[in-house]
Amino acid sequence: MSTAAAGHHDHDDHDHGPAKGWTRWLYTTNHKDIGTLYLLFALVMFFIGGGMALIIRAELFQPGLQLVDPLFFNSMTTMHALVMIFGVVMPAFVGLANWMIPMMIGGPDMALPRLNNWSFWIMPFAFLLLLSTLFMEGGGPAGGWTLYAPLSLQGGNSFAFVIFSIHFMGISSVMGSINIVATIFNMRAPGMSLMQMPLFVWTWLITAYLLIAVIPVLAGAVTMLLTDRFFGTSFFNAAGGGDPVMYQHIFWFFGHPEVYILILPAFGIISSIIPTFARKPLFGYASMVYATASIAFLSFIVWAHHMFTVGMPLAGEMFFMFATMMISVPTGVKVFNWIATMWRGSMTFETPMLFAIGFLVMFTIGGLSGLMLAITPADIQYHDTYFVVAHFHYVLVPGAIYSIMAATYYWMPKWTGNMYDEKWGKIHFWVSTVFLNVLFFPMHFVGLAGMPRRIPDYNLQFADWNAVATIGAFGFGFSQLIFVWVIYKCIKGGEKATDEVWEGADGLEWTVPSPAPYHTFEKPPAQYS
Amino acid sequence: MSSPSSYYIPHEAKWPIVGSIALFAFFAGFASLLNGGSWIVMAIGAALLVYMMVRWFGQVIAESENGQYSAQVDVSFRMSMMWFIFSEVMFFGAFFGALFYARTFSGPWLSGMGEGGAAATNAVLWSGFDYVWPNNGPEKLGGAYDAMHWFPLPVLNTLILLTSGVTCTIAHHAIKHGDRAKMVRWLLATCALGFFFVIMQAVEYYEAYAHLNLKMSTGIYGSTFFMLTGFHGFHVCMGAIILLIVMLRGTRKHFSATNHFAFEAAAWYWHFVDVVWLGLFIFVYIL
Repeated sequence: MSTAAAGHHDHDDHDHGPAKGWTRWLYTTNHKDIGTLYLLFALVMFFIGGGMALIIRAELFQPGLQLVDPLFFNSMTTMHALVMIFGVVMPAFVGLANWMIPMMIGGPDMALPRLNNWSFWIMPFAFLLLLSTLFMEGGGPAGGWTLYAPLSLQGGNSFAFVIFSIHFMGISSVMGSINIVATIFNMRAPGMSLMQMPLFVWTWLITAYLLIAVIPVLAGAVTMLLTDRFFGTSFFNAAGGGDPVMYQHIFWFFGHPEVYILILPAFGIISSIIPTFARKPLFGYASMVYATASIAFLSFIVWAHHMFTVGMPLAGEMFFMFATMMISVPTGVKVFNWIATMWRGSMTFETPMLFAIGFLVMFTIGGLSGLMLAITPADIQYHDTYFVVAHFHYVLVPGAIYSIMAATYYWMPKWTGNMYDEKWGKIHFWVSTVFLNVLFFPMHFVGLAGMPRRIPDYNLQFADWNAVATIGAFGFGFSQLIFVWVIYKCIKGGEKATDEVWEGADGLEWTVPSPAPYHTFEKPPAQYS
Repeated sequence: MSSPSSYYIPHEAKWPIVGSIALFAFFAGFASLLNGGSWIVMAIGAALLVYMMVRWFGQVIAESENGQYSAQVDVSFRMSMMWFIFSEVMFFGAFFGALFYARTFSGPWLSGMGEGGAAATNAVLWSGFDYVWPNNGPEKLGGAYDAMHWFPLPVLNTLILLTSGVTCTIAHHAIKHGDRAKMVRWLLATCALGFFFVIMQAVEYYEAYAHLNLKMSTGIYGSTFFMLTGFHGFHVCMGAIILLIVMLRGTRKHFSATNHFAFEAAAWYWHFVDVVWLGLFIFVYIL
């Protein structure tokens, strides 16, 4: 468009709404449309991954082999992890980033709108590739989501499809992250300094760097798997001078930053929600930023704590133990700051706040069991038991997933223009929280008692707590239907939301109308200039 | 050319979905091929991907030439290219990491050096295995072979790439002074050197397979050698094609002294493959 046109008919040129028809969603370059697509995709995948989890728990309801054969069980544990990590938590965070970052920094859209469209539209195809393996000869991948060589190399026809689906998703992640970095650095409202950005923007900036740094390493690792299987290389074959443990090192060099990719945006969400409902500014903003950056840095030098029992020089075990424990310092800073934010606040407990507090309490439980696992001599007992399963589900479900739910309740009125049903939101929280603890807490007990993970059968002594966990699993799974119902109702209608939505809310996204217009901040907001 | 006043936000992007379908066909077809199927789906996917890129980049070039991109849009492009190259660095990092790990840890451990169970592993599993680099493992996978010597081909290739870096910089200075014709000439030289490098690599691979019995299956040495040089060679191909397109755009009167980001992006990429080569030359060929 020429300068003259822009000067004369500014709103005529800019102010068009969404395109007509279903192709709107296929071709859209609008950050809100793409954010919605990401979030809906994540929601669908949440139920697919959840269904797999229920198959696992149903099989584990009783000792012995009941429902599924062991190979299928193993492919369920593998696929459940891949779906939940790459298909639910990551796309949901990217969806939230799409919706919120441009509005939070006062920018007109993402920096690279077409690339943004591609980042999303890769995802359904990548998962089509991945999920199709379940119907192939030899079944889906069954060697665990970490795809350790040599076990993963022995899979059936699915192997190459899984490797390529990881490459495929990786392309999406790297493009999406580059877009987020460019957006945050280049699209901020004039005058908004980095240290004025909301923490959600900060945590996503750091997450994007983690993604750009480690997703290519994963791509390299799985490429080596592929060539080991099909092209005769011996990266992970000791007979040829390689080493299966080398795969684990390269994989976890990706994998450990990856777990922070799954939690740093959650920290940003919680740092947005708690101040709103405590009606106080966030305690220690700068220390939050530095703590996030410290966690991100440390995440690169702790990877081998996933491998304490695999065989490593003593100096390595010691280094990775102490480096891992060091992460609890910046994490402790964060938990302290959230509590200090609530201290003497005028607190109310709407659904987002309930999820945020649930996050705070239960994520900390997961963090503390992580600290136990970090102790090398103790980890030799815990390694590959249900204690590890309990640990990472406590950081991922009431951690990452709760933060996504909190964010959904918190920002949904801004997205739809309608208030969600507070009563059902609260019911969703309480039912989920009770069942979640019924589901995951007993895993600590059976894990400490020695129950191995990723096995469809178990010793009789673990029977009672496994039955309890399965009841919790079905309760938690089905209570997520409440979530869908609340979202559906909120999209359809309900009490009209005000622009500010929440009494104590602070930030640019609350200065635009609810629902947020299709294009926001085509002219930068004045606050900062 | 007047500079636009607001950030350019395109509408209705039709190429991304084509790209997704193309990638899907490519990956699914490649996986089927590896499982013993036909190559046709993969080829269709690859062709569609190339078509998509031609059209998408064509659209971006047209918008750029129409002056739709403000200085702010230019910054977005610069940042993306920078961080894309960083992601490529990390991709190569995985393979360099494998090389260093194999040479520093796996090899010595297999030969019984180091603490813990290494001595027992060596005695029980790989008795008599003595580690030196290059190595194809205790079972001597791939059979007897000769390592690729750093002279003469790799040295020649190093000189080719370093020279291409110089010619690329001369072209850059030319366009910065608005001398488009000079830019095209020196870019032509750069591309020629780039493709010459690729041909020399092909000759080297032929030597390896035909005379040295050095193959991908030659244990860890062959694995790391072909993985690192192979992906590097692929990147040189890409870089040379990108430079070629920049050159062709130059012949169509694209770019000016102030507006030539595509050139700079291609040059950054070219220097990146150059630097990776220096790492390869030192760690794969010499040391």
